[in-house]
Amino acid sequence: MERQALQRTREVFLSGRTRPLEFRLQQLKALLTMITERQTEICTALKQDINRSQYDTPLLELIGLENEINLAIEKLAEWAAPRPVEKNILTISDEVYIQPEPLGVVLIIGAWNYPWAVTLTPLVGAIAAGNAAVVKPSELSEYSSLLLRALLPRYLDQDLYPVVLGGVSETQELLKQRFDHIFYTGSSSVGRAVMEAAARHLTPVTLELGGKSPCYIDKNCDLRVACRRITWGKFANCGQTCIAPDYILCEPCIQSRVVEGIRQTLLEFYGADPKCSPDYGRIVNQHHFNRVMGLMQGYTAVLGGQSDASQRYIAPTVLKDVPPHSRLMQEEIFGPLLPIVTVSDMDDAIRFINEREKPLALYVFCSDKKAVKRMLDETTSGGVTVNDVMMHYTLSSLPFGGVGQSGMGRYHGKHTFDQLSHQRACLVRSLGMESVNLARYPPQDRKRARRVRMALRSPMIDLSKRTYVWAVTATVLALGLLIALMVILLIAAGLNCTCWYWRGFYN
Amino acid sequence: MSQEQKAVARARKAFLTGRSKPLEHRIRQLKNLQRLFVERQTEISDAMKKDLNKSEVGTQLFETLGLEGEINLAIKKLKEWAAPRPVEKNLLTLSDTVYIQPEPLGVVLIIGAWNYPWAVTIQPLIGAMAAGNAAVVKPSEVCAHTSKVMEYLLPIYIDKELYPVVTGGVPETQELLRQRFDHIFYTGNSMVGRLIMEAAAKHLTPVTLELGGKSPCYIDKNCDISIACRRITWGKYTNCGQTCIAPDYILCEPSIQDRVIEEVKKSIEDFYTDNPKTCTDYGRIINQRHFKRIMAMTEDSTVAVGGDSDESDCYIAPTVLRDVKPEAKVMQEEIFGPLLPVLPVGGLDEAIKFINQGEKPLALYIFSPDKKVIKRMIDETSSGGVLANDCLVHYSVSTLPFGGVGNSGMGSYHGKFSFDQLSHLRGCLIKELKMEGVNSMRYPPHTPKKLGWARFFILKNPDLGWMGRMALLAILAVVAAVVLQVSYGGREERDINEY
Repeated sequence: MERQALQRTREVFLSGRTRPLEFRLQQLKALLTMITERQTEICTALKQDINRSQYDTPLLELIGLENEINLAIEKLAEWAAPRPVEKNILTISDEVYIQPEPLGVVLIIGAWNYPWAVTLTPLVGAIAAGNAAVVKPSELSEYSSLLLRALLPRYLDQDLYPVVLGGVSETQELLKQRFDHIFYTGSSSVGRAVMEAAARHLTPVTLELGGKSPCYIDKNCDLRVACRRITWGKFANCGQTCIAPDYILCEPCIQSRVVEGIRQTLLEFYGADPKCSPDYGRIVNQHHFNRVMGLMQGYTAVLGGQSDASQRYIAPTVLKDVPPHSRLMQEEIFGPLLPIVTVSDMDDAIRFINEREKPLALYVFCSDKKAVKRMLDETTSGGVTVNDVMMHYTLSSLPFGGVGQSGMGRYHGKHTFDQLSHQRACLVRSLGMESVNLARYPPQDRKRARRVRMALRSPMIDLSKRTYVWAVTATVLALGLLIALMVILLIAAGLNCTCWYWRGFYN
Repeated sequence: MSQEQKAVARARKAFLTGRSKPLEHRIRQLKNLQRLFVERQTEISDAMKKDLNKSEVGTQLFETLGLEGEINLAIKKLKEWAAPRPVEKNLLTLSDTVYIQPEPLGVVLIIGAWNYPWAVTIQPLIGAMAAGNAAVVKPSEVCAHTSKVMEYLLPIYIDKELYPVVTGGVPETQELLRQRFDHIFYTGNSMVGRLIMEAAAKHLTPVTLELGGKSPCYIDKNCDISIACRRITWGKYTNCGQTCIAPDYILCEPSIQDRVIEEVKKSIEDFYTDNPKTCTDYGRIINQRHFKRIMAMTEDSTVAVGGDSDESDCYIAPTVLRDVKPEAKVMQEEIFGPLLPVLPVGGLDEAIKFINQGEKPLALYIFSPDKKVIKRMIDETSSGGVLANDCLVHYSVSTLPFGGVGNSGMGSYHGKFSFDQLSHLRGCLIKELKMEGVNSMRYPPHTPKKLGWARFFILKNPDLGWMGRMALLAILAVVAAVVLQVSYGGREERDINEY
């Protein structure tokens, strides 16, 4: 990107155009209009990029994006407001709060598998937080990037949210410039390069990377339902999903039932020949097609295995009894191959998972709550869904992100806003009450120090509304009880006369 | 294998046994750490005196008291912080269990600094321990006596495999940085911060960098200058100016410059007598290198107060420089010493413009009685933290996140923020294998009708809070009506019976 163009974006940001909430809301609404008005064009572009069906695009990308934008519009005033915090005795008369502020110019580097979702969801947060953003969609989803480049300037402020196209060299050029945050979605190896480039400018980063997301199936669960859910998650977008269940772990005794369950489901979903199904996708390009085919070499598929290089088509494939050291188990598959690795029991599965890098997602299919708890306690991963796949992605109140090699930082919903804001600590005191401060000034002696120690050790006073309400309610109740006690005492003391009094009243 | 590699490997092995995870272990270790500060106050103070000429009371006030507070807070709140945190559900997940589970990251590397060695090295350790991690503690070699004391004392009180102390200089730190950690927590300067982040990038290790910068201090001409200057003087010359959030320089209008200088001079005399060199409460520069660095900064500015020094003692008097120009040497880098430049500016507008020309500082100070002025300053600038009408004390409010932005750092800590910074907050969705019918709208073969259902379920998110409240109100109304009806009806009945 031209240094001048980036300069222009920064200048416009510094002019304060993004500060007013009305501006941010207007931009968010425009973005919403864009994806609703242009849905057909977006679906067409994705069909050309990876042969995604016109229903899968809204289902997997656009509805979620709409949701995010709606949430941001609804909650923006709340998110951007100052957030008061608990005070202590020393700050009781001060204003103490956290003020969310824009960071500046954010660089968003998108990925090709869900080009709209993973590029625009961070943009929603960037806009909401009051930043400018340079959007760099992935060159591998060619039609989608060209469409984004054509559409975005027509709906959003052109100076603040420019779209930059290009490949590796353009991205490297971009990374030499200085940004206030870099949001990258993609592979771990490029993630390293992005963080290294960011380090030179002390730019914080959010890296949404990947890994091999394990999927453990307990032998005592409803296999039919489990296999259907796994099949959906695995073969949607032809396996090219960062949180797709990468491989299955199960005991040998249920392996063939699992295969059968998947086979039946595949028939339900894509028919006898998935190649003819409008809902089954393709591999994004020749390089990845060759890569995925290469992973299968030397193994016989128990389901699928067919391919057609001219169409970049790989049939939904399942391989069983896959050895842990095979190529299939060395890198993230990101394709429609589903290896099944047998383990002797849940402990073995836990050990297997922990021997490997922390994945982006972990899936457990099990009806026993205790066993599920153990699995979650003894492993770690970016996120977890139990008894289903991928659905934790759709809940915007859950932070979505990786850990270890699967990434750092998180987003979705308010988390995106917070990730792309600076949470500035603010303490506003007055110039009065100087006597309180006297203990801290030199000359220091033990007596003063003791006073300061007492003050510093004071507990936090929770001045939140809840405590206030509790305090008032408790006082009212106490008063009520006191009055009741007094009435009872009075009645007891004058028992005779009050009794006659009441009887007399009715006579 | 080098010493550093061995320490890290041992820490990782200890972490993988799982013994740092149970809350009882974490609380026990935190209580042990607490005992360290109670029992070893003398040794800690002696070392601080040798390193920075800090008085015993000064050490307590600025280092150990804060730590004791943080440890107490962590012990008290640990159960709450470590518990699963339920989150809002949507229509699709109404019957599911949805929560965020804080988890330990693994092995954390904590690199401390020399200016408040205990505070900035142990406070991250408290967060690391509370979050269930192992931690390799690398105190700064520049404060030689204190790191020796740390190396000696920590293993006596806390688990020495989980929390090893590694001492050494640049080569040892570089060796440490070659190892793989799950988080690196660094306090120090921006230059080294860059190197740390680059090294971390190779392992995709997240970092928290507590760096520095030039923290501006704007004095409005309408404020009580005497009190403002006293607070600024305290904030500036504590620890001989070697504080990351010390007010670095003053911005004020020319009309009050003389008064400001006079008041600062008065406060200096009040605090440190007219011969600060002999005052026990006045510190020293950490070493000759920094001494020379700071003295060189005075070269092209006018000294209004102080200015004398003694290289053999690393003593620099509390100094104020006047009519300082933006190009002056003293305005080119963070001073980190007892020089207080005063830059005259035309007013709030010019001050804001000046501040925004520089890098985002770690702290921003503004002295003004006018809330509007304060609000404008906060709205139109950015900094790690901001404090109006005082200096330094926002550091001690543990409900405020302490950290920088831009060149002054990334990430934040103190209180619960330390715990969250050194945890992985894992999003968990627990569903059941029932209600498969609901899922049918997402399965192929896709149809417009199925898509319509999906849109409904995902997009029409009712605000359950509001609905719940309305429902509750309706129920209460019904109950009230029933009660009234019964009592009224009963009364009528009784009345009728009476007759």
